Amino acid sequence: MIQSARESENGTDRSAPDPMVPRFLRVRRRIREATDVVSLEIGSDEAGAPVPGFRPGQFNMLYAFGVGEIPISVSGDPSTTSSITHTVRAVGPVSAALAELRPGDSVGVRGPFGTCWPVDEAAGYDVLVVASGIGLVPLRPVLYHLLRYREAHGRVALLYGARTPRDLLYRRELDVWRRTPNLQVRVTLSRAGPEWVGDVGYVTGLLPKVRFTPTDTIAMVCGPEPMIRSTARELESIGLPATQIFVSLERNMKCAIGFCGHCQLGPNFICKDGPVFRYDRVRDPMAVREL
Amino acid sequence: MTSIEELLRLHPFLRGLPGEIVVLVAGCAKNVVFQPNGFVFREGGDADSFYLVRHGTVALESFVPGRGPISFLTVKSGEILGADWLVPPYRWSFDARAVELTRAIAFDGKCLRDKCEADPRVGYELMKRFVPPLVERLRTARLQSLDLLDDPKRPRK
Repeated sequence: MIQSARESENGTDRSAPDPMVPRFLRVRRRIREATDVVSLEIGSDEAGAPVPGFRPGQFNMLYAFGVGEIPISVSGDPSTTSSITHTVRAVGPVSAALAELRPGDSVGVRGPFGTCWPVDEAAGYDVLVVASGIGLVPLRPVLYHLLRYREAHGRVALLYGARTPRDLLYRRELDVWRRTPNLQVRVTLSRAGPEWVGDVGYVTGLLPKVRFTPTDTIAMVCGPEPMIRSTARELESIGLPATQIFVSLERNMKCAIGFCGHCQLGPNFICKDGPVFRYDRVRDPMAVREL
Repeated sequence: MTSIEELLRLHPFLRGLPGEIVVLVAGCAKNVVFQPNGFVFREGGDADSFYLVRHGTVALESFVPGRGPISFLTVKSGEILGADWLVPPYRWSFDARAVELTRAIAFDGKCLRDKCEADPRVGYELMKRFVPPLVERLRTARLQSLDLLDDPKRPRK
């Protein structure tokens, strides 16, 4: 049985930097992923200087000066030390300001914060990565990790659902991953025109189309919460124990270190105890509207 | 050459169906092939058939003037295609187009309905097989209709 999403080490070391003070980094590269989604590669002013490392699934608080600060998942390769990549969808004032940043612009960064996906604990297991929409962002580092340590895992599958062809993220990488041996990649869209020859339908409809042994599989799921709940139910119904299903949740995070309480879900703070949770630990609170 | 009864026994939809019922429903079935981009059926047409897809992919679509056909579901090998033959007035609600070369078993809808009327056991066995995929499609269609992947602040046309 997988014990838990690994705890991060935030706030336990007195010599560590104050987690409430942002570090100033600069945008080095901006990549448009979709109409309203960009990836920002950011790094230190000093060429080659390391940036804070992260574990797949963790997030940083990104500060758009004069506008505000929001949590953004790290979407880059965890083995890269000189820069850190985030993917931002412009939906509110802060995310829109972040999405407008250009190479050379400054951005405030606090973090990384939160628990991570159980990539090490998944050694020896089949791994299902199930993402919907922007939910692919915190799971991309998992794929980098799994591909780097491919021999440590059984069968690996990425199931990804997007709204339309133009909403697909990381298209170039999806093409590369599709051609990667020993990696099953299935993509489905909510709707599509005749130019799309792939699957159309809901992401759970892809589950019967990939090979895995449910009892020996670890699933990592991220997307809108109804998608997470329906996917987890489906996985349980085909034999995955809830203890082998991991989900990433989102709430109104402010301090990111469990002080302010804005992101509380039952006994948990999403920022500190999550965002990655073992499903059996959040299944009940997720079903309570008042929480 | 593989008989229609053997093909029916191989299809996941009819797995476990008693042999005598397979023989009975085989009388309503025939093999069909659709070329890429060929229509299996068209919206508004007589829903006189029901299909078990053996190989290939079929896109269920609705045509929107000014935008063209929009697909909302693909049906693949091992899955079923078509539910309108079950409910009067037996008209197709959508277009179904083969995305690639598709082989299927087509049932004559009226023939199958008549056999279900004549022998409730046939009807019950088929109902047990129809309901799970139909409920699953209803469930996922509801989730798709929520359009959760849309940006709520995206300007509406």
